[in-house]
Amino acid sequence: MAKDLLTPKLVSELNRFCPGCGHGLIGKIIAQVLEERGVEDRAIQVYAVGCSCLISTVVQADSIQAQHGRAPAVASGVRRARPDAVVYTYQGDGDAAAIGLSESLYAAYRNENYTAIFVNNGVFGMTGGQMAPTTLEGQKTATSIYGRDTSVTGQPFKLAELVAQMPVAYVERCSLTDAKHIAQTKRAIGKAFDNQLAGKGYSFIEILSPCPTNWKMEPVDAYKRLQDIVAGEYKLGVLKDSEEE
Amino acid sequence: MRRMMKGNDAVSEAAIRAGCRFFSGYPITPQSEIVEYMSWRMDEVGGSFVQSESELSGISMVYGAAACGLRVMGSSSGPGFDLLQEGIGYIVSAELPALIVDVVRYGNGLGEIVPGQSDYWMVVKNGAHGDYHCPVYAPASIQEAVDLVSVAYDKAEQYRNPVIMMYDGAIGQMMEPVVLPEMKEHDPDKFEWSMKGRGGEPQKQITSACYYRHRDPQVYVDNLRTKYRTIEENEQRWESYMADDADLIFVAYGIMSRSCREAITEARKQGLKVGMIRPITLYPYPVKAFETLPENLKGFVSVEMSALGQMVEDVRLAVNGRKPVYNYATGKMIPDTEEFISYMKNVLEGKEESV
Repeated sequence: MAKDLLTPKLVSELNRFCPGCGHGLIGKIIAQVLEERGVEDRAIQVYAVGCSCLISTVVQADSIQAQHGRAPAVASGVRRARPDAVVYTYQGDGDAAAIGLSESLYAAYRNENYTAIFVNNGVFGMTGGQMAPTTLEGQKTATSIYGRDTSVTGQPFKLAELVAQMPVAYVERCSLTDAKHIAQTKRAIGKAFDNQLAGKGYSFIEILSPCPTNWKMEPVDAYKRLQDIVAGEYKLGVLKDSEEE
Repeated sequence: MRRMMKGNDAVSEAAIRAGCRFFSGYPITPQSEIVEYMSWRMDEVGGSFVQSESELSGISMVYGAAACGLRVMGSSSGPGFDLLQEGIGYIVSAELPALIVDVVRYGNGLGEIVPGQSDYWMVVKNGAHGDYHCPVYAPASIQEAVDLVSVAYDKAEQYRNPVIMMYDGAIGQMMEPVVLPEMKEHDPDKFEWSMKGRGGEPQKQITSACYYRHRDPQVYVDNLRTKYRTIEENEQRWESYMADDADLIFVAYGIMSRSCREAITEARKQGLKVGMIRPITLYPYPVKAFETLPENLKGFVSVEMSALGQMVEDVRLAVNGRKPVYNYATGKMIPDTEEFISYMKNVLEGKEESV
């Protein structure tokens, strides 16, 4: 669809992400989804700490920067303070699955009526590519130089599966691997916002996204790894849909 | 109308009447009555209450609601107050108003549930990292606490900085007659910064990151210095009691000041010329109260419910070497009149060592 190729008004021309990074693309999708529903002027995005914090320079919605990991709790306060706002969180995997796991799960547990965008690139990006809970077995990072030893660190962390155990509206895992998957990511994010607008409660969209810089790969190879390896561990699809239960 | 109220209940009701419409907290003794009171009262006035899964989360919700311009409140005690520090630091740095209450319990770590004043360093000198202060109000009665709640909200908004009310578990738990203020409405949209969606205007950002707030490092420095120097100049509050002609001046706040006042009244009857400075603000510390000293003054005594003496450092700074300063750190005990008078005599007879 030609209109999808236009840059949303909500997106700034400035993009501070590394070449090949998925964050800018996700930001564009969020902006498209908000504009298509005509809710960009009442959107409040809550982001936290890490590369994801640069989202507010891409998506020019009203923005609150939470403490590391606490965006779900900050958004819970915003939800109650502004019943008419369209509220969403934007977090990376270190932020939401490591330091902020408690806040992530309790927001889902309360079925907060907001939309959670969770970007899984398998590393702590901004601090230089350290191991995250989501890092794959054997994956080399700055704090697992011989490859992640799951006998010591535990297995790759499946936050979406955990959230799907909660009484929430919707959970889906998507990927940015190619045009088809990007289109599906947009459909999922759209559904998550539609759920919020209909008052259905908490929707959680995990997006597998490449980090060429910290994976130490060319962008094209990083997208190939995303498809061939990462999506093998983190299965794509709908994990929970309260409408179908 | 005067009514008997428990300190924690009265402070909660005062916050509601000052327009507070968001509270999130977690149970901990001796603060739990605030969480309990807010749990039903917020509902009655159309506000929001969340019993959070942790203090870390609770203060974050307070941060979110504060960013939307609401009058908000958080509270805790002891080890729970430790966990608020992250959020307080961010609220400070994002320059948002909020009221945070510390109902102080005694001791380190889990400590005890009995009243104490051993949070002074954490609350007055900052529990979080960075260059900041929170104005700290230390009421000595329930009526004073109630009256200071609306002052605290006004100051928090005036300076765009959270304000902490710190009182010990005794004031939180006891009952006294109190007159409550009228209900006040607060408009969260009155601030140009409050989050509600950009509404066709350019994006607004609430952030604690230096590089978004003040990109010029000197502007960042100047902004902080100006804010806190203005607070230090304009917001000192204290009460002096029989201090004008005193040979010895006690410095005491909160519940300790009440016992101290009683002892001073009795000591005066016995011919001991003693008096008291009672700080009402702990930050800014009321250094103006120490400017003019009585001619015959022999020294100051900082008396506080802590093991080491914490406020005594601020007393020394205020006195600045002009007179000896004594540290009457009483642990979890509040001295009675007899003990106070015996301590006074010891100091005046040169039997106590100054710090």
